[in-house]
Amino acid sequence: MCTAVSEDSGPGRRHRVHGMLKLYYGLNEEGKAEEQPESLDPCDINGPHFDPELFLNKLRRECSLAELMDQETCMVKQIRSLDSDMQTLVYENYNKFISATDTIRKMKNDFKKMEDEMDCLSANMAAITEFSARISGTLQDQHAQITKLSGVHTLLRKLQFLFELPARLNKCLELQAYAQAVRSHRRARCVLQQYSHLPSFKGIQDDCHAIMDKLAQELRQKFRDGGSSAKDLSECVELLLQLDEPAEELCDKFLSHAQSRLDTIPSPTSNTDILEFIDRGCNEFVSSLCLVITSYQELFINHAQKGELASKNIPQMANGKLNAFVDDLAARYFSLVERRIQEEKGVADNSLLVRALDRFHRRLQAVTKLLPGSAVPNQGTEIVIRAATERVKQYLSALQSFYMDSLTDVRQALATPRLPELLSSLSASILNQIKSVLASVHLFTAKDITFSNKPYFKGEFCSQGVRESLVVSFIKFVCQSSRQFCESAGDKGGSTPPALLLLLSRLCLDYETSTISYILTLTDEQFLVQHHSPVTPVTTLCAEAREAAQKLLNHYVKVQGLIISQMLRKSVETRDWVNTIEPRNVRAVMKRVVEDTTSIDVQVGLLYEEGVRKAHSSDSSKRTFSVYSSSRQQARYAASYTPSAPMDTNLLSNIHKLFSERIDIFSSVEFNKVSVMTGIIKISLKTFLECVRLRTFGRYGLQQIQVDCHYLQMYLWRFVSDENLVHFMLDEIVGSSAHRCLDPAPMEQSVIEVICERG
Amino acid sequence: MEDDAPVIYGLEFQARALTAQTAETDAIRFLVGTQSLKFDNQIHIIDFDDENNIINKNVLLHQAGEIWHIGASPADKAVLTTCYNKTSDSRVVSCAAVWRMPSDWETGSHESPDDSAHNPQTLELLCHLDDSAHSNAACVLWEPMGDGKRVISLADNHALLWDLQESSTQATVSSTATLEGKGQLKFTSGKWSPHHNCSQLATANDTAIRGWDLRTMSQIYCIENAHGQLVRDLDFNPNRQYYLASCGDDCKVKFWDVRNVQEPVKSLEEHSHWVWSVRYNHSHDQLVLTASSDSRLILSNMVSISSEPFGHLVDDEELSEGEDNHQEDKSKEPLKDSVVSTYEEHEDSVYAAEWSSADPWLFASLSYDGRLVINRVPRALKYRILL
Repeated sequence: MCTAVSEDSGPGRRHRVHGMLKLYYGLNEEGKAEEQPESLDPCDINGPHFDPELFLNKLRRECSLAELMDQETCMVKQIRSLDSDMQTLVYENYNKFISATDTIRKMKNDFKKMEDEMDCLSANMAAITEFSARISGTLQDQHAQITKLSGVHTLLRKLQFLFELPARLNKCLELQAYAQAVRSHRRARCVLQQYSHLPSFKGIQDDCHAIMDKLAQELRQKFRDGGSSAKDLSECVELLLQLDEPAEELCDKFLSHAQSRLDTIPSPTSNTDILEFIDRGCNEFVSSLCLVITSYQELFINHAQKGELASKNIPQMANGKLNAFVDDLAARYFSLVERRIQEEKGVADNSLLVRALDRFHRRLQAVTKLLPGSAVPNQGTEIVIRAATERVKQYLSALQSFYMDSLTDVRQALATPRLPELLSSLSASILNQIKSVLASVHLFTAKDITFSNKPYFKGEFCSQGVRESLVVSFIKFVCQSSRQFCESAGDKGGSTPPALLLLLSRLCLDYETSTISYILTLTDEQFLVQHHSPVTPVTTLCAEAREAAQKLLNHYVKVQGLIISQMLRKSVETRDWVNTIEPRNVRAVMKRVVEDTTSIDVQVGLLYEEGVRKAHSSDSSKRTFSVYSSSRQQARYAASYTPSAPMDTNLLSNIHKLFSERIDIFSSVEFNKVSVMTGIIKISLKTFLECVRLRTFGRYGLQQIQVDCHYLQMYLWRFVSDENLVHFMLDEIVGSSAHRCLDPAPMEQSVIEVICERG
Repeated sequence: MEDDAPVIYGLEFQARALTAQTAETDAIRFLVGTQSLKFDNQIHIIDFDDENNIINKNVLLHQAGEIWHIGASPADKAVLTTCYNKTSDSRVVSCAAVWRMPSDWETGSHESPDDSAHNPQTLELLCHLDDSAHSNAACVLWEPMGDGKRVISLADNHALLWDLQESSTQATVSSTATLEGKGQLKFTSGKWSPHHNCSQLATANDTAIRGWDLRTMSQIYCIENAHGQLVRDLDFNPNRQYYLASCGDDCKVKFWDVRNVQEPVKSLEEHSHWVWSVRYNHSHDQLVLTASSDSRLILSNMVSISSEPFGHLVDDEELSEGEDNHQEDKSKEPLKDSVVSTYEEHEDSVYAAEWSSADPWLFASLSYDGRLVINRVPRALKYRILL
């Protein structure tokens, strides 16, 4: 218990101090609520509310005597210890108090000394203040003067600069330090301008002007001389711009200067190939053009936009000039390029041209980037397009000349009797040529070529350019030229060999059946032709080819017929038929006719199918054949002086029509051998007939004709579709010659046969 | 508007020579010369009665030989020329002569029609158109619209201009032109131009056509290779002085402007064999008749190169009111060259075709088998041209 009290003394005080502090600071004491009842306890000997009376009563009431005794001894003990503690404390505090009193006393002495010193200091300060006031009073005037003087000094410095300016400028000029000169001059310019009314300044200004003029002159000179590098040049221009030279003039000069440099565009020499030419053009011209554009833009446009020049609309002006300049130069360059491209006639290697064009096109893209609004790249593209179309044209003409050349070759090779091989080699070589041309042209649309994605090359070039003006035109040309063979040859018999006509006819027919559609399909596939615009359909071309084939074959028949006709006609016209001798052989010309017909038959057979013919009678060649064999002839020639009053004309004509069907001599033939041969034989025999009718025959003349006709009869029937046709026409010939005979005594059929068989 | 059927007349001999009786402008009359080696040749005078569609014929004997060409005088109805072949001593000689018909051939035939058949009258020879130097006459041409005093004969490579005197009983050569060149050249046909005061002649030899000035007897133009093969016949456009039609063995009919001989103005290829004769209609030169050895006769309407390329120009006054509308419709129709019709009445080669001198809408054609066919221009076309 006692220990508790004594121990509690410390913390208890602190608690109290705490409590009071808390009270002071207004903190509520709820946080310490547990302690409060303890401290409020009046029996707590250490609490503030301790009531000794209550405490004693309580003790007495509660505790036994022993306990009270113990309590009392404990308490006495505590009191004693407390008393001794208090005594110790008093001692200690007394000592401290003594020493404090000593210190205070010492301090009192020190302060006194300090006060004296402070007095001394204040006296000194007052003296200083007084001095200082006096000094500043004296210095007041001089200060103003110094300020003024320093102002004058700066002014003088400036003036000196001004006065020295001409000399300095001159010096700069000598040293060619133009930039410094210009900088100096710019600094002085405004001042000089401002004070120009003063004569001296005026003088300086004039001097400066003179010098700067000279400078400008020199700059211009330098500018003009052009030997300097682009950097120098731009520096010049910059300086000149700062010198207020008219920007427009500068632009002009700059450009003209650039132009003079660019004028050394390589002229198109044909010995350099196109790729090299374009390369050089690109490297020299396009690059320098780009350089010029860049530096120009740097100088006049970008630069001017920053500076004060922007207000003068210089960028617009400069841009306009630049565009005009570039356009002009580009136009000249383009014309050169175009001339060069036009010289590129050889169609052997298209890739070179395409590569050249590609490079050309590609390099022009740089200009696009520099000058977005420029028409130059478009013009470039147009050139490429023109070149491409031109190229297609060249290919067309190359194909055409190739075709004509092959025809010439074929013509020379016609002598050999190998028409099918000739035909197949001709057609194969044409096809190959077309394919190689297509491949060459295809380069224009290759993916790695820059211009191939232009809409022109995607659409029109494929459909109009390649398909129409190359492939279709070529096919049309083939048909056209074939037709021309018919027409030109029509005038004078045969500048075209008949075999060629036959060959071409077959070629056209093959085109009609397969080749055309093959070529067009090939083209469409290769070029992915999208038919935006109407294109020539395959059927039209096929029809044209068929027409050409028909025309050629007809013409072939006509020409061959004519050749045989001419032989027959000459043989009839040149002979004196009245005074001829009795026939002993078949005339040589008839043998010749049969030979020729046979060889024609072979020739046609090489290229055309046999065709259908009417069934032969078993002994076609042995048919009896005489002057009066036909009842029709008999009816006609028997009539001598029968009354020829208008008779029943209907009956007469009907009788005639019963016996004859009209034969169209020069008519269209079909695409087979028999039809062709029939046509040729018809023409020949009809000529024979007409010639016979123009002559007069003696007895032996008639007999000779009989022999000849019989011979023809023996050999010609096999070539034609209807042997009756040959019979009929030969009958007619013999009949006509009998009628034109002065002494018609026909030869015995048996004799004729003997003569003919003897050959 | 059905067209009249063609009228057919059959001769018993073969025949090539046909002409209209040029001086006769009232009756429709044609002269046909026959070709026979065995019998006496004849000249048939064919009268066509248009109203009754009947043919009347008279026969005159031409005993000199077979007739290859016949020409009627433009001035005297009774005078004609023939080119004929004479055979003597197994030689065939071509001759030409001027003949006069007996004055009573017409009356005689009417009085005793039977006699004419059995005992025909004979032509009266006026004069021969041959001299020793020049023979082998191919054809004889009368001066068109002349007085019947001048003829040209084409013999081998010579063109002889004859003056007929004393009623055509004497003929003297007034001038000659000779075709010179390589080989044996021979005139095949010719035509005396009715233009330029009858001072021009066109001839055909082989494939060439030549024009001659009769005043100087010199060549004025030459169409080399006018046809691919032999040129068979020529005719001048009666209304357009420089236009000339030609036909030949290349089955073509070509129309030429002789001022430009490089290219034909027009070329037709309708026939399927040699074309032997081409004739312009005397009044309506768009109508062209061609005869061919394909046994066909073709009438073409060549409006574009005629003298009336825009059709018949009609004055407003001529139009009756009722016809106004019809007229306008017609004028709007484009006029195109076309084949009017193809006549297939012949069975054999047709060597000659002629327009009537009296009726411009009527023509005759003659085929080798002796069939003469008289046809008319289709009415529809006739009215279209007239109205």
